[in-house]
Amino acid sequence: MSHSTVPRSKAEATKPVEEPAAPGDAAGPPDAPPRGKQGKRGKLSLRLRYRRDRVLLLMTLPAVALVLVFHYLPILGNVVAFQDYDPYISDNGVVSILNSPLVGLENFQRIMEDSAFWNALKNTLVLFFLQLVLFFPIPVLLALLINSVIRPRVRAVAQAILYLPHFFSWVLVIAVFQQLFGGAGIFSQLLRQNGHDGLEVMTNPDTFMFLLTAQSVWKDAGWGIIVFLAALASVSPDLYEAAAMDGAGRRRRMWHVTLPALRPVIALLLVLRVGDALTVGFEQILLQRDAVGPGASEVLDTFVWWNGVRNQDFGYAAAAGLIKGVVSLGLVLAANKVAHLMGEQGVYKK
Amino acid sequence: MTAVIDEPTTRKVRGWAAPPRPVWEEAPTRAGLAGKGIVLVLACLAVVFPLWIVIVTSLSTRRTIDEAGGLVMVPKDITFIAYQELLSGGQVTRAALVSIGVTLAGTLFSMTVSVLCAYGLSRTDSLGHRWILMTLLATMFFSAGLIPTYLLVQTLGLTDSYLALILPSAISVFNILVLRGFFMNISQELVDSARIDGAGDFRILWQIVMPLSRAVIAVITLFYAVGYWSAWFNASLYLNDQNMLPLQNVMIQLVQKQEAPVGLGQAIRTGQLSGLAVQMAVMVMALLPVAVLSPFVQKHFKKGMLTGAVKG
Repeated sequence: MSHSTVPRSKAEATKPVEEPAAPGDAAGPPDAPPRGKQGKRGKLSLRLRYRRDRVLLLMTLPAVALVLVFHYLPILGNVVAFQDYDPYISDNGVVSILNSPLVGLENFQRIMEDSAFWNALKNTLVLFFLQLVLFFPIPVLLALLINSVIRPRVRAVAQAILYLPHFFSWVLVIAVFQQLFGGAGIFSQLLRQNGHDGLEVMTNPDTFMFLLTAQSVWKDAGWGIIVFLAALASVSPDLYEAAAMDGAGRRRRMWHVTLPALRPVIALLLVLRVGDALTVGFEQILLQRDAVGPGASEVLDTFVWWNGVRNQDFGYAAAAGLIKGVVSLGLVLAANKVAHLMGEQGVYKK
Repeated sequence: MTAVIDEPTTRKVRGWAAPPRPVWEEAPTRAGLAGKGIVLVLACLAVVFPLWIVIVTSLSTRRTIDEAGGLVMVPKDITFIAYQELLSGGQVTRAALVSIGVTLAGTLFSMTVSVLCAYGLSRTDSLGHRWILMTLLATMFFSAGLIPTYLLVQTLGLTDSYLALILPSAISVFNILVLRGFFMNISQELVDSARIDGAGDFRILWQIVMPLSRAVIAVITLFYAVGYWSAWFNASLYLNDQNMLPLQNVMIQLVQKQEAPVGLGQAIRTGQLSGLAVQMAVMVMALLPVAVLSPFVQKHFKKGMLTGAVKG
């Protein structure tokens, strides 16, 4: 009976054929093709399964169509990376592609010799590591703090406040920072009224990467605690009690009970973040690129944007984008591999 | 003895009061409590203080702003003139309407497509299930890139159309997977009995599955809505007509480039209205909807995060 109450457990879903239907399971009418009874799969003809599932197929159709058109179809457009693409031939991209000359790897050669590209790569990696070191620990610590607050109302209010900036747009976040730290911001205002110079953090190229990190922390560190809070909530209070009975104080309970509960989540998030290493702060930087200049702010994504959208050098930009895309794909797959090796689930299952 | 041990350890007391601590837990030290309290208050202030300044300044008169030398921390002579001016037609009114329209239409479209797809994939033995799932999942690992996507949207003739703000980013595979995870956990007996009573898939989805998944549907709706409300990049890419721009893009021009909104110059020049208050009012307009709506869904946020792990 327990089989039929939990019909879609992982084991059944992955190995449907090997799982024989439990003897007392044939509750449904035998003539209708039963769905959800895993044991019968494979015995039905394709035509019967189509007749049974066509409504489900129909339901997935809009999403599949959108994904095919807007995620898969553009992959073909990467052919531009091997062309001297001329956007002025036609408004229709296909016509332009067909009429632009192929130039082989010329765009890639140019990129390899372009110091701006290497600068963008450097900035990307610097920002990635900076965020890893300065951003990543904060949600963990905040979650531990919130978790130790036992008054439910206090906890709910604090969570509501800390989650809020996650829902703000980058435009708004940067505007808020402008009001705080900008040349006309509140802190500059207070400093000037007391006879000091105003702040120039918003336009200072040297500290720009730290500014970006601070903005990310303000926007998303609070949101990041949700995952950790969930992990903490799943720890059985009995474990704490047992540890306390064995003489463990607060600190040792934290070390031996709380942290082991967080370890898998932390590991998984770290791995996934590494897989996403080359995608950092696109919108955020684009909004502030003019203020600090490309030398300090350009990352790979903005490099592509600048060369393609602004300079209309589509072949060159697409080539840079393709390099980034391919390396990213490798990183994501490697990161998931590592997650699996560590016994975690990753984005997909083995 | 047993009565003491049976004290609730799960801490589910409501209200401001602290639930009783389990007997084995040491009483907290004063220093520890104070330290935690200070950190928590500072963290919350870091969020609230900037918003406070923005809101108060947007409600201030020209005189208060001049006296403060810019941003206002203490409210005085509250006035709604900035909002009145902004909402009485003109660029910002139009942009706000555009944003509201795109958000409503886009969210409805995204939710419809996502819920249908999630339900269509919620049975692991259905025809083509595995292939469709893989097709969707794979998109989480690669991106075709900005330039090819740009060229595609151009080729499809979506430039200067609001469809360009909706279609390319209409569905998030992650959200579909979250919804699907919930749909899969709905009792199969319930669905089967409805089927025996003659309900088709659409009816089962509408009358059984969706009412049972209200919480997660609320969360995913919020996620999509916030996505549309906050978006500005696609608009900057695909809309050339200034009059079509949504609120976020107008906010960039106003706050970052310090331009006065079209049609408002008069009120600012005549000195009744501070340009700063106008900027802040636009920021408040951008943050208000999300700040008001998100706390309602807050207790379900967890549901939108954790079931991303893929089954089947």
